[in-house]
Amino acid sequence: MLSNRRFFIRTLLIILVSFVASIVLSTSATVYVHKDDANLPNALAAWEQVYSVLTSPRCINCHTATNYPQQGDDRHRHFANVIRGPEGKGVPGLNCLSCHQETNADSTGVPGGQNWHLAPLSMQWQDVNDRPFSSAAVCRALTNRSKNNGLDGPALLKHHEEEALVLWAWNPGRRPDGTMRTLPPISHAEFVNATRTWVDARMPCPAGR
Amino acid sequence: MATYQLNINGQRKQVNVDPSTPLLWVLREDLKMTGTKYGCGISACGACTVHVDGVATRSCVVPVSLIGNREIVTIEGIAQDPVGRVVQEAWVDKDVVQCGYCQSGQIMSAVALLKSTSKPSDTNIEESMGGNLCRCATYVRIREAIKSAALQLK
Repeated sequence: MLSNRRFFIRTLLIILVSFVASIVLSTSATVYVHKDDANLPNALAAWEQVYSVLTSPRCINCHTATNYPQQGDDRHRHFANVIRGPEGKGVPGLNCLSCHQETNADSTGVPGGQNWHLAPLSMQWQDVNDRPFSSAAVCRALTNRSKNNGLDGPALLKHHEEEALVLWAWNPGRRPDGTMRTLPPISHAEFVNATRTWVDARMPCPAGR
Repeated sequence: MATYQLNINGQRKQVNVDPSTPLLWVLREDLKMTGTKYGCGISACGACTVHVDGVATRSCVVPVSLIGNREIVTIEGIAQDPVGRVVQEAWVDKDVVQCGYCQSGQIMSAVALLKSTSKPSDTNIEESMGGNLCRCATYVRIREAIKSAALQLK
């Protein structure tokens, strides 16, 4: 009788652990770390290139943890009391589209691109004090399909290759003073190649918090 | 220079201007529609607000070349809109205006708010009107007028 009960509890535990593990495996990036993979150093180096772009001002300024976007290379709070709004597109009377058109307006210094908006809070790459997350933390967020709008590796690659607002980072137009906005630290082609290398290696994330 | 056919307050208007000219200056200088005001010129004050396809838009930073066929509504045409008319009446009823310079932009933003939020809370009003500055500080009366208009529109 006692052994039957132990068998039942053990079986129940195994099922429970398997269930939890399957959820973790399907949502967490940490499982993609393959320490024995000879390609891991290359993949992690590629990821660091991707990370350098994601945390550059042209990208991270709209991946905030706050109720507002940032602007400028110093990533200061967006002027004119602009706020996130329920869908990341501002609020009536003060939408992103109130100023940001579908292309850059170089004569007035206002950047523009298709469907200008903030990234959702689930894709924040900095904390509420505007400090960028670590490489490991951004990697975990980017590969967590419960946070990244369900994108798997190929979809992330496509996003980096084709999404209009991603492409805008390499064509950010002129500031109001007429000077060119700074670009991400590597070219778009290098960014896509790095993403491809990292995705092909099953998106390993660096260890750490 | 280039020629543009603009749809303003339901009418076609032709202008021949430099493509980089902000919509504000096309309205004021070329079409003599001076109800829309120049405040800061960098979209920080809201005095130049018009509607472009229903979106409250800062006309001082949008080059005319980016307008295309979209429908522009200015303060001169807002009374043709049922919500706009009620908002203007509420503005008069609550005696909102002091110097009046910013008020055309305030009304355009208020109309955009009320068209999407029929019963705005104080937070909705603060957020939506937060980009429209008033040096006379008529904010309390603006809030009253928006709430009064919302009641009228029920």
